Formats: sequence, structure tokens, C-alpha cells
Amino acid sequence: MADLDERAVARPAEDPFGEYGVYSRVRDGLRAYRMIAAMWIRSTMAYRASFAMTTFGNFAATSFDFVAILLMFSQVDELGGYALPEIALLYGTSAVAFGLADLLIGSMDRLGHRVRDGTLDTLLVRPVPVLAQVAADKFALRRLGRVTQGLFVLGYALATLDVAWTPVKVLMIPLMVASGGLIFCAVFVGGAAFQFVAQDASEVQNAFTYGGVTLLQYPPSVFAKDLLRGVTFLLPLAFVNWLPGLYVLGRPYPLDLPTWVAFAPPLVAVACCALAGVAWRAGLRTYRSTGS
Amino acid sequence: MGTGRLYAAVAAGGFRRYATYRVATAAGVFTNTVFGFILAYTYIALWHEKPHLGGYDQAQALTYVWVGQAMFAVMVLGSAGFEAELIERIRTGDIAVDLYRPADLQLWWLAADMGRALFQLLGRGVVPMACGALFFDLALPDGPLPWLACLVAVVLGALVSFAIRYIVALWAFWLLDGAGAMQITWLTGVFFSGMLLPLNVFPGALGDLARLLPWSALLQAPADVLLGEADPPGTFAFQLGWAVALLAVGRLIQSAATRKVVVQGG
Repeated sequence: MADLDERAVARPAEDPFGEYGVYSRVRDGLRAYRMIAAMWIRSTMAYRASFAMTTFGNFAATSFDFVAILLMFSQVDELGGYALPEIALLYGTSAVAFGLADLLIGSMDRLGHRVRDGTLDTLLVRPVPVLAQVAADKFALRRLGRVTQGLFVLGYALATLDVAWTPVKVLMIPLMVASGGLIFCAVFVGGAAFQFVAQDASEVQNAFTYGGVTLLQYPPSVFAKDLLRGVTFLLPLAFVNWLPGLYVLGRPYPLDLPTWVAFAPPLVAVACCALAGVAWRAGLRTYRSTGS
Repeated sequence: MGTGRLYAAVAAGGFRRYATYRVATAAGVFTNTVFGFILAYTYIALWHEKPHLGGYDQAQALTYVWVGQAMFAVMVLGSAGFEAELIERIRTGDIAVDLYRPADLQLWWLAADMGRALFQLLGRGVVPMACGALFFDLALPDGPLPWLACLVAVVLGALVSFAIRYIVALWAFWLLDGAGAMQITWLTGVFFSGMLLPLNVFPGALGDLARLLPWSALLQAPADVLLGEADPPGTFAFQLGWAVALLAVGRLIQSAATRKVVVQGG
């Protein structure tokens, strides 16, 4: 009886700072993520020429979105009432935010494969959080290509924009990139959780990740109100760059929202991550191995 | 078995192979439809700014968007098709087995790819197009003739798409790693097929050049035939010309490769 009581006292959930507490689990997860990612980087660097080519390919492929916008602006002077530098700001911030999320945990969209062929089992028996392992799996440094092209466009926007910069507006740029990146991370984690249920349907996720970043590259005035309501209140992608970005540009958001929502992205990001975490746990609990 | 029946069986196999993954097909349709919506709104903004841009009115531009989403999987504009598999067979040496078969390598893969294209036209082409017609005001033809002409242009476009990717795959006999070649082909294809923007919107000489290259046979040609913007016989001749030329080049490379090559393996 004494033994049982002692075990009850040492139950992990009761002390968040203890050996099995939340904080130490997060620390372990991040450490594992760093180690796995470092391993993939070392393996990539074994073929440097291939790395250089695929990074350039990633840069070129993701630049096409901006090339399309440039082609449009070879014919018109504004789109949806926005000039090129203004669209470049929206493009640059969303591209860098998405690029960082894609670099950090973009490989999670391959989770469906692991569920299908049962290789997720291997990850479950290791003493490392599954989320950290899946997120770092096949860590692809070549995705720096997208971040780089986003930074180029963002630099162009900042150099050419005609905006009365205030300290708040300047701070808004890193804030957009950081909280936008977190919102996209939450979309990736949520999408991965969905893949536990719908293994073959992994392409649906692309509609929200790649589709989402394509949407945000254009000004909101281009889209129908219903679509805007959807990405503001249901899947809050509008908080990545539209709401804070329009504050920087001094333009009204097509939906009637108070000004303070421009400062809400960090809160929205935290809420999204929490929800994605819940979805991830629920998804992981439903996992049944292929059994072969 | 007669040769005709052999390749028909291979094509049917290609069709069935893709038809097996119904959930994945539905997921692809969903994603194509979402992208169609996003593009449609940007085109509305663009044509609002400059009506009759590139000779299209707004309804024609919107039709172009949805034809593009319908052709995305058929013409393999988004990802790798059979060429990834063929490259892998060349790299591992399995190609030796293929070359022993009493069937022509090019025709075999062509038949399989046509089966795939037919399935993706039905499975991934029809629904996004119908969805676009439901939500937007499209410039669709009234009679059956333009639709039939468009179908011919799609078949010819699929031939050109195959011919290009077959040449790319055969480079693996010399390069062994086909990843770089595949990526460059893919990038060129996205740019010059009109997937980014209709080629008639491309400025000046770039537009003229793009319309002469084989990639314009994949999307621009079927779309223009459907929209009544191109004269069908001339378009078919252009597509057929590229298909024949590229298939012939593929055949030349194939014979060079099979004569010189030392097959990998052990």
C-alpha cells in the first residue's frame, strides 16, 4: 500500500516543473527537434551541389507567384485599388511567415504516408514527443529558398513604400512575420492531425497551406466578402498579414472591424497553436497501426 | 495478343491505377477548386482594371481559370507523373527488364500515360469546371462542336505533355539522377503553359515566344479552342506538329540510349 501511495504522489501531471512536467517535456521536445533537424542538415550537406540546386529550385518555384503579379502589373497600374509596393508588402510578409513555418515543420504533410505504411509505430516507441519527431522528419533546409525570395520582395516593398513610418508601424513587420509564422505552423499541425483520420486526403491540406499563402499575397479588396469572413473568423489567416498589414498601409479592411484587431495577431497565433495542439492529441489518440 | 489490344490493355491499366485512389482524387478536386476560386477573384480584379486584356472579356478570363484547374492534373502541371517512375527504373537498372519485353518502351509508357490522362480528365477535370460554372459567369459555348474541338485539343495537348516528359526521363540514362532535369522541366512548364497567367497577357516578345513553344499546346490551346479565340484546324496542326516532333526526338534518344547504355545493377 505504501508503494502505491508513493507512486500516486509522484504522478507527473501534478508538478509542471518536475521531471515529467509540461516544461521539461517541451524542453525535451525542442532538444529532440534540434537534434533530428541537425541530423537531416548534415545528411543534406553530404551532397552540396544537390543542395544548392534544390534550394535554387525552391527559390525559383516560389518566386513564380510574384512573377505572376509582376506580369499583371506589366499591364495595369493597380490591382483591387492597390499599387505594386503595397501588394509587395502583403506578399513579402505572408511569404516569409509561411516560408518559416514551411521550413520548420512543413514536412508534417507527409504524416499520411507514415500512417498508411505503419512507420509511425517506430516514432511512438521512442522516448521523444511524437510531434517533435514528425515536425523534424526530413527537415529540408532547401526551403530557405522560399524564405529568401519572400525577404527580397519584403525588402523591395519596404524600400519603395510611401508610408509615414512610426515606431509602432515598424514593429508591426517583425510581429507579422512571427505571429503569421505561428498561425501557419498551427495550420500545418492541424492538417497533420486531420491526416490521422483521412490518410489519402492529404492534398486537402494544400488548399489551406499553399492556397492560404496564395490568397494572402493579394489585397483583401480583391475577394468576395464571404471568403473574407471565412478567413477572418473561421480559419484566421487574415491575421497573418491582412489586418496588421492594412494598418501599416493605413487602409481600411473590407469587413467592418475595429482598429485594435490589427494588434491581435499574437493572441490569435497563441489561440491557433493551442487549438492545433488539442487537435493533434485527439488525432494521435485515434491512431491505429496498420497491424502488419 | 494483337499490338493494338496490348496497348489498350496498358492504357486501361493506367486508368484503373489512378481510379483506385478515390479519396485522393476527391482531395485533389477540392484543392483545385479552392485555387480556382482564389485565381478567379484575382482575374476579376485584373480584368476590372483593364477590360479586354489580352483580347479576353471577363467571362472568358474566368473560363480560362477553370480550364486551367481542369487541365492541372491532366497535363501534369503540378507534380511529377510517370517520368519519376521511369527515371527510378533507369537508375536502379530495372529498365533492362522493360527493354526485354516484346513491347515498345515509348508506346508502352504513352499508353499508360494516356489512360491516366483520361481518368484525370474525368475525375479531376469535370468537377472543378462544373463548380466554376456554378459560381461564376463563364463564357461556355452553346453547341457541342466547340466542346468536341476542345476535347481533340486536350488529347493532342496530352500527347505533347507526354512527349516532353519522356525526353526528360530518358536523360536519366546519362545523368542517373533525374531530379534536377525534372525540376527544370516543371518550372518551364508552369511558366510557359499559361498556368501563371494566360499567355496572351504576357507582355510583347515574351508573349509571342511563349505561344510558339510546345508548352502552349497544354493549356492555352485547349482553352482558346473552347473560348472560340483560336481557329481549331490551325491549333490542331500546331499541337500535332509539336507532338510528332517531340515524340520523334524521344525515339531518337531512346535508340541512342539503348545502344550505348550499360545498365545499372548488380
